[in-house]
This record gives sequence, structure tokens and C-alpha cells, in this order.
Amino acid sequence: MDRARVSIQTEDFDLSAEVAALRAADAGVGAVAAFVGTVRDRNDGLGVSSMELEHYPGMTEKAIEAMIDAALFRFDIHAARVIHRVGLLQPQDQIVLVAVTSAHRGEAFQACEFLMDYLKTQAPFWKKEHTPEGARWVDARVSDDDAMKRWDLASANAAA
Amino acid sequence: MNTVTIRYFASIREVLGTGEKLDVREGATVGEVRDALIARSPGHAAALARGKALRCALNQSLSDEAAAVGQGAEVAFFPPVTGG
Repeated sequence: MDRARVSIQTEDFDLSAEVAALRAADAGVGAVAAFVGTVRDRNDGLGVSSMELEHYPGMTEKAIEAMIDAALFRFDIHAARVIHRVGLLQPQDQIVLVAVTSAHRGEAFQACEFLMDYLKTQAPFWKKEHTPEGARWVDARVSDDDAMKRWDLASANAAA
Repeated sequence: MNTVTIRYFASIREVLGTGEKLDVREGATVGEVRDALIARSPGHAAALARGKALRCALNQSLSDEAAAVGQGAEVAFFPPVTGG
């Protein structure tokens, strides 16, 4: 049975274990590119003591599965794995993992960046951060929409 | 008549709750659903106001407001996403 490609979970993940599992039994893999996003203790001018991550159960998994399908179609990669945590996180906690395997590094690097850019603009998560001035919802960034342009994909997430 | 399930997330959810039901005409669009919800209360009008940066999903896929909602559809409204 194939392992799950997408996991939405409150629990932390183990990068080494995930990479090992992703390239197990595939001796054709010559490259693994992995990105880990973590919680910073500062954002938009204020200290962040903790962050809550909300998501749309059902749509989240479906959306990220479709993004992985798009990456598999577009890049010569073998496999991809995405883990995104939800719930209450602290500074320095891991938030997201995107790992990709391929024969050569060019495709792996590109597909990994593609998946992160895509996830930032279309995966239904919302972050609420706790600051000394109270709790506030994080604003979407126009720069993330701009990042999608390099993949020739239009994105209007942050646009008013 | 078509009863659709409405879902709200993030700051919209904090104002309007997690969701509600709405009866719409056959062939109604997501835009018409939004207009009908805006008309429900001042709180709805403020949270879902035209001019606010709102995104929508139809049956758990990102959508635009021109899409026609089918029978028993699930329509979600939420702010721009901030995952990753």
C-alpha cells in the first residue's frame, strides 16, 4: 500500500524519518530536496509568543494532493511528501515539510519550491499569532502571489 | 429549492460562527449565495461585505463567484490563506 502523500496533523514530524521513507526502495533516486518551515518569534513588527493554525478539513488534503499531482506532471520527480501541522505552535516549532525525490537535483529543487509557493497561495490554512498587543490574524502576502508567476500560474490570494 | 451548507473559517468564523444552512434557487451562483448571506444580518453584511478580500470554495475546491452551486453543495467563505 502506498504511504500517504499528504498529512495534516497536530503532532511534530521527524525530517530524517520522512526522507528515509520517501526514498526507501527506490534506488533510482539521486536527489532529495526538503523544505521545513518553522515558527519565528517575530512577525510584522511584533513579537510572537505562539501561533494557532486553522484549516479546512477535507479541502486541505484534497488541495495539497492536487498540488502534488501538478508537481509530478510538471517536473521529472519520483515522489513528494507534504506534512502540515495545525493547532497551537510555539516559536521554533516545525510547521510544514515539503520533500521531493528525483534522479537529479535540478528537478527536486524546483518541484520543492513550486510546492511551497503553491501551498502558500492556495492551501486553506489560516494563522493567528499571539503578540504583546493581543491576538491577530496573519495577513496574506502579495509577494507569495508574485512567487507563483515564476511558474506561469496566476494567483490572486492576497489581492484585495 | 436547494439547501446548501455554508462554512466559515478564520476571522469570518469568529464573527459568524462555523457555518449555517441556506436555501437558494436552482442554478444559483456562489455570488448569489454571498448576497443572500449578506442580507441575513448586519453582522453578515459586515463580515462578507463586497470590497473585503474574501475567497470562496465550492464543494471543497477553490472557486470564483460565477460558479453555479449544485444540489446540496458546500460553499465556504474565508480570508486569503496564510499557510505554509
